[in-house]
Order: sequence, then structure tokens, then C-alpha cells
Amino acid sequence: MLEVRDLHVSVDGVPILKGLSLVVRRGEVHAIMGPNGSGKSTLTKVIAGHPAYEVTGGEILLDGANLLEEEADARARLGVFLAFQYPVEIPGVSNKTFLRQSYNAVAEARGWDELDPLEFEDYLEDRLGLVDMDPAFLERSVNAGFSGGEKKRNEILQMAVLRPQLALLDETDSGLDIDALRTVAGGINALSNEATGVLLVTHYQRLLDYVKPGFVHVLAGGRIIRSGGPELAEELEVRGYSWLVEGGEA
Amino acid sequence: MSEQIQAMIDQPYKYGFVTDIESDTLPPGLSEDTIRFISARKEEPAWLLEWRLKAYRHWLTLEEPTWANVAYPRPDFQSIIYYAAPKPKKQLQSLDEVDPQLLETYEKLGIPLHEQKMLANVAVDAVFDSVSVATTFKKKLKEHGVIFCSFSEAVKEHPELVRAYLGSVVPYTDNYYAALNSAVFSDGSFVFVPKGVRCPMELSTYFRINTKDTGQFERTLIVCEDGAHVSYLEGCTAPQFDTNQLHAAVVELVALERAEIKYSTVQNWYAGDAEGRGGIYNFVTKRGKCAGFRSKISWTQVETGSAITWKYPSCILQGDESVGEFYSVALTNNLQQADTGTKMIHLGKNTRSTIVSKGISAGRSQNSYRGLVRIAPSADGARNYSQCDSMLIGDRCGAHTFPYIEVQNPTAVVEHEASTSRVGEEQIFYLNQRGIDTENAVSMIINGFCRDVFRELPMEFAVEATKLLGIKLEGSVG
Ligand SMILES: Nc1ncnc2c1ncn2[C@@H]1O[C@H](COP(=O)(O)OP(=O)(O)O)[C@@H](O)[C@H]1O
Ligand SMILES: [Mg+2]
Repeated sequence: MLEVRDLHVSVDGVPILKGLSLVVRRGEVHAIMGPNGSGKSTLTKVIAGHPAYEVTGGEILLDGANLLEEEADARARLGVFLAFQYPVEIPGVSNKTFLRQSYNAVAEARGWDELDPLEFEDYLEDRLGLVDMDPAFLERSVNAGFSGGEKKRNEILQMAVLRPQLALLDETDSGLDIDALRTVAGGINALSNEATGVLLVTHYQRLLDYVKPGFVHVLAGGRIIRSGGPELAEELEVRGYSWLVEGGEA
Repeated sequence: MSEQIQAMIDQPYKYGFVTDIESDTLPPGLSEDTIRFISARKEEPAWLLEWRLKAYRHWLTLEEPTWANVAYPRPDFQSIIYYAAPKPKKQLQSLDEVDPQLLETYEKLGIPLHEQKMLANVAVDAVFDSVSVATTFKKKLKEHGVIFCSFSEAVKEHPELVRAYLGSVVPYTDNYYAALNSAVFSDGSFVFVPKGVRCPMELSTYFRINTKDTGQFERTLIVCEDGAHVSYLEGCTAPQFDTNQLHAAVVELVALERAEIKYSTVQNWYAGDAEGRGGIYNFVTKRGKCAGFRSKISWTQVETGSAITWKYPSCILQGDESVGEFYSVALTNNLQQADTGTKMIHLGKNTRSTIVSKGISAGRSQNSYRGLVRIAPSADGARNYSQCDSMLIGDRCGAHTFPYIEVQNPTAVVEHEASTSRVGEEQIFYLNQRGIDTENAVSMIINGFCRDVFRELPMEFAVEATKLLGIKLEGSVG
């Protein structure tokens, strides 16, 4: 279970999150919506442990453990996974090698056996099915020269390989055509189960037609200004954010 | 995070120990007498002494070059020791006669000279200060007609071959340091692969400077006759002293018709400390001549050590359809300076060359690629492809690219690509987020960056090079 309590975050001395609280239990899917620049990506990166963001107040707990005391790689080994809004390219490192190193890096902490290249091949074949990805992508360098949609699909493949406890998905739907959106949504649904909590950052109702969140939050001005059920997302789709942002300041 | 990566790069130098061994050392200083002494000590024929003296007299007329993008106090050539040989200097008949302390030194360096302990398919020649101390697998090579021995031995056993090829690719008039080397060279390796023979194993030389204030001036000569093949690797280390030591080597390669020479270097000379004290001045002339039709010379280098590196392994593509390749990784950290690259001189028709250079700069280091591609009027249909990529770690280092292209034949095709990138916080965070720790993340990024070069190295050494970069980079990004 993820618990964010009264979180304050600055970048280069500029406050971005100003007292944000949120609880995500296992098996729950939460959607975070909000205007551009409201701090959605910041929230996901802070939970994942990005060093550029300074936590000036509050707490982040995962199953009661203080995440803020752990480095990013240690958090990943605890089962935190971030699907990046802008996945990074690593030229010259094959996707397959990267996936295996990554799997083996978390394996011990997750109580899994390390896999040798052949064993990993089998495991990967099984996982690939979930995201309907062309195996040729495994031989290419990590994200290098991938289209926007291919990068997003690759993020979900990594999620499938790492089977996180907490998945933070940052605009995984943007840049996808409708077929890709369906596949990616299918992958997310297949991977979110009673053991996993999901935090889904999105701009659009579109994704929520496929992945049903139990909870929807609106982030603006560095805080959650409104929370509700799926109906809130539909209302936002029609009315935008302005009515909330102005009225929600109180 | 940046300090973290920097700390990783700043790993202590592992090979900085000095072996306490008695050596037969000439006092510092350079004159015709020094040269006569070296030549006499090596029992050289008169023609070779003459050649050395001509080189020395030519050297006296030259000025030290200043065009490279490196800055350093001019070496005092009178304070250098030009000859240091571990005692005893009697002719060694087998490895069993090699001083056990020397063998131990090479063990410490990870280069066991006992044949039974060696990498299964690599023959090694070891050069300690000025002289070659051991060459392994001689017998097996001899069965195939391959000559692999120290340069001094070659002068004694195969003088006609040495005389025919010495200076044929790098004449003593070539440049300042080549002239100096020609005058005072002490030892090195000699390889001769006769017509039609594929050398049955990798050949390898390890160079070690041990004595303080010694200059190491080795000379390597590799000749492949028609249809012959050889793959050769050199590795270098030196102890840690707070004064600079000069290493001015010359390497000459000759490939006749359809011959192939693959020459790989893993250079890890002592680089000096974090303040730039000490370290090797690595001023080296390496050149190969593709003399015959369809011959091929391929240089692969991984340059990680030395205070200053100044070297341009080059190919003269004389034979029609001959091929030259240069694959380089140069890593600089702290106050290291590297000015390295290649020259591809296209003379024959349909000659091809490929240049892939990867420069990695960290700390306050300066890393320059300098390359010349010259297409002579005779080189119809010549082609060159060059790719020069630089990677910066931190913001106090520099990367520079100086490509010179001279095309004198309208049918030639010359392509040049260049890029500069930074080991980014975002890349490291991405890998961290997938559970990979920063040390492994950096080495993954760097190895990915160098992949096109590493895959040219012989298998055994690709692994070594990968590890070496990891060690050199420990602590430098973060
Ligand atoms: N690394 C950073 N450096 C400087 N400013 C940043 C950085 N990351 C985010 N910001 C700023 O923080 C605010 C929130 O950004 P972000 O979390 O990316 O918003 P969202 O994802 O909701 O669009 C923006 O004003 C953005 O410019
Ligand atoms: Mg965002």
C-alpha cells in the first residue's frame, strides 16, 4: 500500500507540490488528472526517487516503509515501477540485455531466481504476448530510434517483466493510436491485479474507457483539489479543469 | 548525482606498484655514446648502429611538435634513462630461467607467463622496461612458420627480414618522436607470418615500465606475406611515480597481397594523480602499409591511461582494393589529455576505410579526435566512412573534433558523422528506476556507447576492456 502524506516538493528552490496526500491500496487503480504543469510527472518521479526533486516536507510510505530513505534503484527493487512520460534512449545497449539485467537486479529482493540468458528468453517470450510486441525490438538498442508509440509499448513490456507492486504510469496513453491504446490498456489490465496498486496519470478520458479506475483525482496548484469516482473523469472530459481550479482554491 | 559518477571514475590505479628488482641501468642522458652503448649491449650489426646514428643526427635538427591539442612542460631529454634492463641479462633459454620476481610482477598484472596457466590461445611477449623478458608458445608458432619474438632477438636471428622492413613504413625522418625512437629504441616485438599462413593463435605483448625516470622506446614490426593473417594485441601498464615518464614507441605493419593484420591495443599506462602529478607521456607513431592488392589493416584501440596521449594509428592504402579500419575508444579523466585519431591515406583504386572513434571525457580532462582522410589523385573509387562520437561526464571536461579531409579524386565518396552527448542524469535515473545501481548504470551506458569498437576486439580482450572502463569510470557520474 502506498501512502503519500502532506508531500511538499521543490525543484531548484521552486515549490511544485504543496501538501499532497494520497492513499493507493493493492488492487486499486487511481487516475491522476490535471492541467499541464500541475505537477503530475513530478509526483510520479518523486515517488520513484528522482534525485533532482527535493522533498521539503511530508512522507511517502510503501507498506509502512519510508521510501524517502531509499535511492531510486532500491525503490525499484521494492517493487516501484515508473512508466516514463518520455522514456530515455540508451544507444548501444540491447533491449534484451537491459531487460535481463533489470530483471536480475530486482530478482533477489523480490524473492525470484536470477535467470540466465536462455531461461530469460523463455520468460520474455511469455511476457511479450501481453503487449503484442514484435520480438525484433528486443535486439534493438533501448528506445533508440523507437517511435513515440513504440517507446510506450516498451515501457509496458518492462512493467510486464518486472511485475511491480506499485505501478506509476505517466501519460502512457499519449502518442498512441487507437489500436496501440487498446493493446497497452490490455497490458495494464492484465498486469494490475489484487497484488498491485496502479497510479495512472492521464489527460484523456480515452484511456479510462479501457482501464477502469476506481478513483479519480484532480491535481492543480500542487495539491489534489478534488477526488471522486469514475464519473469525475467524465465530467472533466466535458467541462475541462477551469471550473475546478477556480472554485477549488478554497 | 554527478559527484557519485565522478567518485566511481576516480578508482585508484591498480598497477601502480614497483617491482624491486636489480636492473642494469644506464645513467640518464642522451648522446651518440648512449646510442653506441645500447647498440653494443644488444650486440647489434653495424648497419643498425649506423641507422640509429643517422636517426639521432636527424632528430637533433628537429623541433618538438606543438600542434596537438595538449599542454605539458617539454621533457628534458637529458634527464631520461635510455636503457634499463632487469638483471640477469644473459640469454634466456626458457621461461624457467626468468627471474621469479618478474614472473610474479606479470602475475600481479593478470598476465601469467607460464604457458600452462595462460589463456588457451594467446601467445605473449613481455617487455619490462627496455627489454623483452619472455615470449611464450614459441614452439607451436614455429611449427606454422610464424616468427614471434623480441625485436632484439629478431635482429640476431632474422637480420635480413628486419633490415628489409625496418623503417619502411615509418622512416626515421617521419616525426620528432619517431626519430628519437629510431635512435634509442631498446626492444619490442617482431612478428613475421609467411605466405598463406593464418597465425593459429592471438599474439600479444605486454609492456611494463618499472624503473623511475626511464623512457620506454619500443619498436614493433609486423609483416604478413601474401595471404597471411594475424591478430595482435598489446597491453601496457606502469607504476605510479610523481614524475612523468616518456613512452615513445613506433609500430610498423606491412600487409602484402590479400594479407590481413588486426592490431588491438588496451593502453592503461599510469595516468597521473587527481592533481595531474606524474603519469606517462604516451607519444606513439603507429602506421600500417596495405602494400598489396586487397590487403587489410585494422587498428582497434582502447586508450584509458597516460597523462598525455598523442597517437594516430594510420593506414597507407597502397594496394588496389585494400581496406583500412580504425576503431577507437579514448577515455580521459582528471587532468588527462588525449589527442588521438588516425590517418587514412588512399593511394590505390577502390580502397576503402572506416573510422569509428568514441571519446569519453570526465573530470577536467581534454579529449580530442584528430583525423585525416586523404584521397590521392590515383585513388579512383575510394571510399571513407568516419564516425566520431564524444561523450561528456560532468561539465568541466572538454571534447574536440578535428577532422581533416583532402579529396583529390572526383570519384571518391567521403562521409563524416559526428555527435556529442552527455551521460545524463535522466539516463541514469531511468536505469536506476529499473533496479540497476548507478555503478552498473554508468558502465552500461558507456559500454553501449563503445559497442561498435568493443565488438572489434578479440573476445578475451573485449571482456577485459569492458571491465577496465568500468574501473576507470567508477565514481565519476552521479
Ligand atoms: N527538472 C525540473 N526542473 C525545473 N522545473 C521542473 C522540473 N520538473 C518539473 N518542473 C516544473 O514543475 C512544474 C510541474 O511539472 P510536471 O510535473 O512535469 O507537470 P505535469 O506532468 O503535470 O505536466 C512545471 O512548472 C515544470 O516546469
Ligand atoms: Mg507530465
